[in-house]
Amino acid sequence: MTFINGIGLISSQNTLDPNSFLIDIVEQTADYLKCVDPVYKSYIDPLLARRMSRLIKMGIVSAKICLTDAACSMPDAIITGTGLGSVEETEKILGEITKDERFLNPTPFIQSTYNTISSQIAIYFKCHGYNSTYVHRSFSFESGIQDALLQLEEGIATNVLVGGIDEMTLNHLQITRRLGIWKMNPVHNLSLRQTMTPGALPGEGSGFFLISSLRANRYYATISGVETLYRPKTIDELDEKTIAFLSRYDLNKDDIDIIISGIAGDSNWDSLYSNYTSKVFPGKPVSWFKHLSGEYYTATAFALWLAANMLKRQVYPEIISFNNVHPARIQNILIYNHFKGVNHSLILINR
Amino acid sequence: MTKRIYITGIGIISAIGNNVEEVEQSLLAERSGLNGITLFPTIHKDKLPLAEVKLSNEQMVELCGKESDRFLTRTSLLGMIAGKEAVTNSGVNLEDGFKTGLISATTVGGMDRTEGFYKEYLSDPSKGRLRDIVNHDCGDSTERIADYLGISDFITTVSTACSSSANSLMLGAMLIKSGMAERVIAGGTDSLTRFTLNGFNTLMIIDKNGCKPFDENRAGLTIGEGAAFLVLESEELVRTLKRPVLAELTGYGNANDAYHQTASSPEGKGAILAIEKAFLVSGLKPSDISYINVHGTGTLNNDLSEGLAVEKIFGSDVPPFSSTKSYTGHTLGAAGAIEAVISILAVKNNCIFPNLNWAAPMKELSIRPVKNIIKNYEVNHVLSNSFGFGGNNSSLILSKP
Repeated sequence: MTFINGIGLISSQNTLDPNSFLIDIVEQTADYLKCVDPVYKSYIDPLLARRMSRLIKMGIVSAKICLTDAACSMPDAIITGTGLGSVEETEKILGEITKDERFLNPTPFIQSTYNTISSQIAIYFKCHGYNSTYVHRSFSFESGIQDALLQLEEGIATNVLVGGIDEMTLNHLQITRRLGIWKMNPVHNLSLRQTMTPGALPGEGSGFFLISSLRANRYYATISGVETLYRPKTIDELDEKTIAFLSRYDLNKDDIDIIISGIAGDSNWDSLYSNYTSKVFPGKPVSWFKHLSGEYYTATAFALWLAANMLKRQVYPEIISFNNVHPARIQNILIYNHFKGVNHSLILINR
Repeated sequence: MTKRIYITGIGIISAIGNNVEEVEQSLLAERSGLNGITLFPTIHKDKLPLAEVKLSNEQMVELCGKESDRFLTRTSLLGMIAGKEAVTNSGVNLEDGFKTGLISATTVGGMDRTEGFYKEYLSDPSKGRLRDIVNHDCGDSTERIADYLGISDFITTVSTACSSSANSLMLGAMLIKSGMAERVIAGGTDSLTRFTLNGFNTLMIIDKNGCKPFDENRAGLTIGEGAAFLVLESEELVRTLKRPVLAELTGYGNANDAYHQTASSPEGKGAILAIEKAFLVSGLKPSDISYINVHGTGTLNNDLSEGLAVEKIFGSDVPPFSSTKSYTGHTLGAAGAIEAVISILAVKNNCIFPNLNWAAPMKELSIRPVKNIIKNYEVNHVLSNSFGFGGNNSSLILSKP
């Protein structure tokens, strides 16, 4: 059994305090859902914090909140998933190269490398254990958990700190809007469902989890497994793969109490979710979260926080219910997400 | 934990050759791939050397055989060529129904095309060709390689700076051991970009005269590019399908130096931990190692820290060692896999490839690298080190089957 013993989440909702759960919903009309930035200097020495990029600060602070929550002073391994790494630092260098290549400040380059978050967390906590970073679109966080489960399985680690982290910048938004993946105008996040226009509402966030082969006193839930599915061709194939995935943990579709889906309010791609849930889980409670978190490569970290809290608190918040079906019990939750129909993932968590 | 991981195929493209055979010939002929800059316009032209793959993107598109690939990034093209060679080299049939994964590694992804896009974009936010930005992220090259090879059961991308593809091999081994895959094509790919050249240059760790790893007068690294992939298969698959085996991946270890973002700890703590873990997994001991393919970037800091770690682990009995970055340059995300292939070629040829450009021993160390090629030397177990920025240190042990 693998336990989620602690969580630290920085998101566009008020999620910093592990003791509160969706009581004060952040409502906004925005181009993208920006994180509620913590007061970083109350977590990190201001002298250190001043030299860190925003993404590194987000990573370290969410890792710190997570370890405190889990009452774990030192993890055995640190694994991060990030779709894009430090966009802000990368843009700084690109700007300099475009000018004349004569820049002399090495800091943006050092902070732009994708592994910086995992390694800065290691340096901050002096953790010499296994350390890795996954950078594969919306598989990034999922690959991180898969690796974490392998570390536990191989007995290399007992406590693994694993996170998903991505940031949005105005430049990046401007560029990627041209690719047609985002909504072109500001959207009221809680009205996302009614917009039904092409494109998702972008977001950002940093969620770290302490997963362990030992159960802590205040643990949230257990995590069974993760499956990534690359370019599945049909809903039937997704159905088969879901059945096979659940059977690995001696469960069948009836055992699933809640599906957390990655519905993004995107008229181009959301039909895939409704086709999936109506074929694979007809009549089951379907929930969503991207009106709260926004869409980003590692948004499933927000979904995992949601699932873990629902299991621990035994509540099903109204704000995430998508089809008004309520669960009879909250025992097994399946997160199903996809990005543009290419990268699909399943995460199974249990009480 | 008892399962063995066999390597049944290798593919490589680097500054010293566009395939395994060419690379092998260059290694045996002691021919370095370092050259002046030809790939892109830069103020560093004629001032700094690089280790470029000697093919244009157009030539690589031709090798891949699809005109539609002409907008792909150089990182993808390099990876497709090396990935395809690994599959062909192994003779594996990817449609035989066994669960196959692709794990790639990269540090720059599609940055070569992003640079072009950004120049136009910054002059006017509505400008810049979108086809030059859609491939920016690291996952893109992996998906191109996966689609090209026809792999979909499991794919992901690792990025741990200079140890990236050592970690993709390590993950591949763990996936097979756990039963999540029966076969994994694992490796990495990175192309040269102005981004990395300038980035490393701001750190003032590029040797104007080409890297001289483990030399007293070394002045930094030479950045290179390339890709390498290895076909890893489970013991059961090799037995059932009677597959020919090139080598065995017997050991792997990953640790973090947790010291500084760009400098190694003076005593090489992360390096020592990574090497010790690799020994633990393999069940081998230091005296079993025939050759060490060191990380040996040629920077003042790495070579000293790594040298001390090697002395600490091997004591007075340090096996022959060399940094083959003097041939290939430092290929960043591809380096771990490229050096794993070179280690296998050392096993295959019973040969230790030299540390080119080496002249003077480091005064802090009692050890010195192999200066001239050693032939007819029984190479049974090779330790291959890959240490990266952020203290991401990994070591692999590759063994004669």
